[in-house]
Amino acid sequence: MPEALTVKDATPPDTAAPGEPKPEKARSLWSDAWYDLRRNPLFVISAALIVFLVAMAVAPGLFTDVANPSSGDPANRYLQTPHFAHVFQADWLGYDVQGRSIWARMVYGTRTSLTVAICVTLLVTLFGSLVGMLAGYFGGWVDALLSRLTDVFFAIPFLLGAMVILTTFPNRSVWVVVLALAFLGWTQIARVSRGAVMTVKQSDYVTAAKALGASTTRILLKHIVPNAAAPVIVVASIALGGYIAAEATLSFLGIGISAPTISWGVDVSTAKDQLRIAPHTLLMPSILVSLCVLAFLMFGDAVRNALDPKMR
Amino acid sequence: MGRYVARRLLQMIPVFIGSTFLIFSMMFALPGDPVKALFGEQHIDPVQVAQIKQNLGLDQPFMVQYWDYLTGLFQGDFGTQIASQRPVADVIADAFPVTVRLALFSFVFLVAVGIPLGVIAGLRPNTVTDRTLLFVALLLVSVPSFVLGYFAQYVFAFQLGWTEPNVQDSTNYGQLLLPAIVLAALSLAYVTRLTRTSVAENLRADYVRTAIAKGLPRHRVIGVHLVRNSMIPVVTFLGVEIGTLMAGAVVTEGVFNVQGVGRTVFQALIRREGSTVVGIVTLLVLVYLAASLIVDLLYAVLDPRIRYA
Repeated sequence: MPEALTVKDATPPDTAAPGEPKPEKARSLWSDAWYDLRRNPLFVISAALIVFLVAMAVAPGLFTDVANPSSGDPANRYLQTPHFAHVFQADWLGYDVQGRSIWARMVYGTRTSLTVAICVTLLVTLFGSLVGMLAGYFGGWVDALLSRLTDVFFAIPFLLGAMVILTTFPNRSVWVVVLALAFLGWTQIARVSRGAVMTVKQSDYVTAAKALGASTTRILLKHIVPNAAAPVIVVASIALGGYIAAEATLSFLGIGISAPTISWGVDVSTAKDQLRIAPHTLLMPSILVSLCVLAFLMFGDAVRNALDPKMR
Repeated sequence: MGRYVARRLLQMIPVFIGSTFLIFSMMFALPGDPVKALFGEQHIDPVQVAQIKQNLGLDQPFMVQYWDYLTGLFQGDFGTQIASQRPVADVIADAFPVTVRLALFSFVFLVAVGIPLGVIAGLRPNTVTDRTLLFVALLLVSVPSFVLGYFAQYVFAFQLGWTEPNVQDSTNYGQLLLPAIVLAALSLAYVTRLTRTSVAENLRADYVRTAIAKGLPRHRVIGVHLVRNSMIPVVTFLGVEIGTLMAGAVVTEGVFNVQGVGRTVFQALIRREGSTVVGIVTLLVLVYLAASLIVDLLYAVLDPRIRYA
């Protein structure tokens, strides 16, 4: 029953009950959070930034007229400095060491970065919350086993572990990087969701559902998942920003995404040799990476403040 | 207390074995043959290759190799580098102190700057000071460390000329200052935010009101009652962070050309030197496990309500 995972189902049944049209509905955690979020300037700014970045990833052609960002400019504009007045044009942010438009490469790199970050976050959230849910709900030896497994993966340094996995692949596509990051990244979500499920498990409505003879699947999907989802969503949205940084770092080190795919990290790595003579080649993609991470962190932060009643 | 430590140590054993097994099997799966790579462009003599492999135990099945490695490890034997014939323990002994120095320097900076900033912000929740500090922290978290590293290098070494762009002498703390700050920056922001949240939350606690009511001086209320009780989440974070700082040095050491663990691991990965990589990651796992045990024991010191039976 995938519908059980949607936000709507988290609304207590009494507010959604038909035939009782109350003018003032008792707001659920989620509608309350949404009410808060719309009034938070940080959320509005970060959401706007994210929409802009997603648009760049989906339709890069709308933001730059350079058709092929991988080929150098024939007029040899080697390391030309930016023309800040030429907004969105090829020479807006200058040219890199191979005479390629820096802005165009930044636009085309957005898709790589966002694809990796969003896919890793989805995989990590699904797998992590599954492990955490099973460990938290069943307890006993299941919990002991899954918790030790989580500890094993958690003890491996994230970046180093990812580096080790990625060197085993000679050609690293976006999907290889996604799998490597997800393989090591799920532990945090597993820990958070285990804790959340253990708290929710104690509640009266779970006991009531058990007493009414609901099946384990039904209890898990209808009662546990919607009520334990909030902390997981918070951690996941903050982690998303971290994965953008992780992908850029790995690509920068030369063991992330391989050459024909455009990645911000690779561009920064190429530019580092010209840091003294042409700092803009390094600065421009760096600023975009940071801005992108910032947008998702601000977003996650705002969501956390809205969902955590203690922060009010 | 003793029983608690013993139980925790016993729990660490499966985690340690599991993590080393995971890393070992990843390295085992690496394509490319380090022994064949020795010959470079020369003609490869299969007999010689087989001979070297037999000497190094590389002809054994995976599980046997892993068992040999693990038993060697308990005797302090990390294996031998294939190309240079140097024992891995020597390579680690060269690189580890450099990274430990960098990470500890970073850690001191983290504690000395991050916690006071967090306390300052937490004492005045939702004021301009608080909001500004939180926003600066958020900005700092968003900048990946390689970006911050090059930015710092460009400004402080190339433009202002205050320091060298590369670290030549890793025992010179003046030269290590910039890499240490860059390494600390990300964690610094987290420590500040965590301290701030914790202090702001405990500001409303009953024991703080009691302390104020019985007329204690302000510095005692803050120093003894408020901050000490607010440190638990921060200490938890800091404990895990020692390991993260050492592992995160891979990037910082690359930017500032520090000859530490990070560079050694990176070069070993490129050359497919499995034993070096596994050795260093194993040590980092040990550092992490030891740090998390110390953190758990510190809880009892910080919060008198926690007692380990």
